[in-house]
Amino acid sequence: MSESKHHITGYGTYVLVWLGLLALTSLTVTVAGIDLGNFTLFVALTIAAIKSALVINIFMHIKFDEPIFKFFLLVSGATLFVIFALTFVDYSFR
Amino acid sequence: MTHNNQATVHAPVHRDDVGSKMGMWLFLFTELLLFGGMFLIYAVYRFQFPDQFKVAAMELNVTVGALNTVILLTSSLTVALAIGAIQKKNKFLSIIFLAVTIVFALAFMINKFFEWSAKIEHGIYPGSEYLLGKSNGEILFYGLYYVMTGLHGLHVIIGVVILSVILVMIMKGSINHENYIKLENSGLYWHLVDLIWIFLFPLFYLLQ
Repeated sequence: MSESKHHITGYGTYVLVWLGLLALTSLTVTVAGIDLGNFTLFVALTIAAIKSALVINIFMHIKFDEPIFKFFLLVSGATLFVIFALTFVDYSFR
Repeated sequence: MTHNNQATVHAPVHRDDVGSKMGMWLFLFTELLLFGGMFLIYAVYRFQFPDQFKVAAMELNVTVGALNTVILLTSSLTVALAIGAIQKKNKFLSIIFLAVTIVFALAFMINKFFEWSAKIEHGIYPGSEYLLGKSNGEILFYGLYYVMTGLHGLHVIIGVVILSVILVMIMKGSINHENYIKLENSGLYWHLVDLIWIFLFPLFYLLQ
C-alpha cells in the first residue's frame, strides 16, 4: 500500500463534527421533552443514527478508507438488521 | 539476482496496515453483534411493556446521562485529534490529546460510579426487595440497564488500559508518524464505545 495516498483529516473538520454531535445531543434531549406519541422512539433513533453516521464516516475514517471497509460495515449492518427484522416478525405473529 | 540483493539491503520491516485495520474492524463487528443481541432483548421487552418502561426510566437522571454523552463525544474528538497530530509529526500534541482522552474516560466512570451508587442507595438494583415489588416491565428495565451500561462501562475501563499503553508507546517513540496503526486501531475501539453510548443514552434516559 502506498503511504502517500493516506488521507489526513484536518483538526478543523474534527472540531466541526464534534460541534455537530453536541448540537444533535441537545436536540435529542429537547425533543424528548415534547410528547410526540409513537414518534418519540423514531425521532430518538433517527438522531442517534445521524450521530453514528458522523462518527463512523469522519472519526472512524470510513469515508476515506478502502472500499472493503464499507463493504464490511454493510455486511455487519445488514446482519443485524435481518436479526432484528426476523425477531420482530416472529414476535408480532405469535 | 540484483533485484534480490537490493531487496535485502533496503529490507523494510514487513507491515500490513490495511490488514491490521481489517482485523480490528472484524473484531468491532463481533462487539456490534454482542451489544446488538442486548439491544434486541431491550427492543422486544420495550414493545411488550411500553408503559412500565417509561415509568422505570423516570427514575434515571437525564442531566447525568447527557453530561456523560458530552464527555464521551469529546473524548472521541480528542482521540481523533491525537491521530491527526501524529500524522502531522506533532508528537507532543498527540500525547496531550491522548492524555485528555484518558482523563475524559475516567471522568465518565466517576460519573457512572456516583449514578449507580445513588440508584443502589435507593434500593434499585437487580434482586432488591424494592425492585421485586415493582411490575415486571420495571424489573426488566433495570436488569437491562445494569447489564448494558455495565458491559459498556467495562469497555470504557478496557479502553482506558489500552489507551494508556498506547500513550506510553508514543512517549517511547515506538508509535510515530510513520507507524501509528496501533493508535488508529485503539481509536477505532474508542469510537465504538462512543457509538454504543449514542444509542444507550436515548434508549434508557430519554423515555418520557
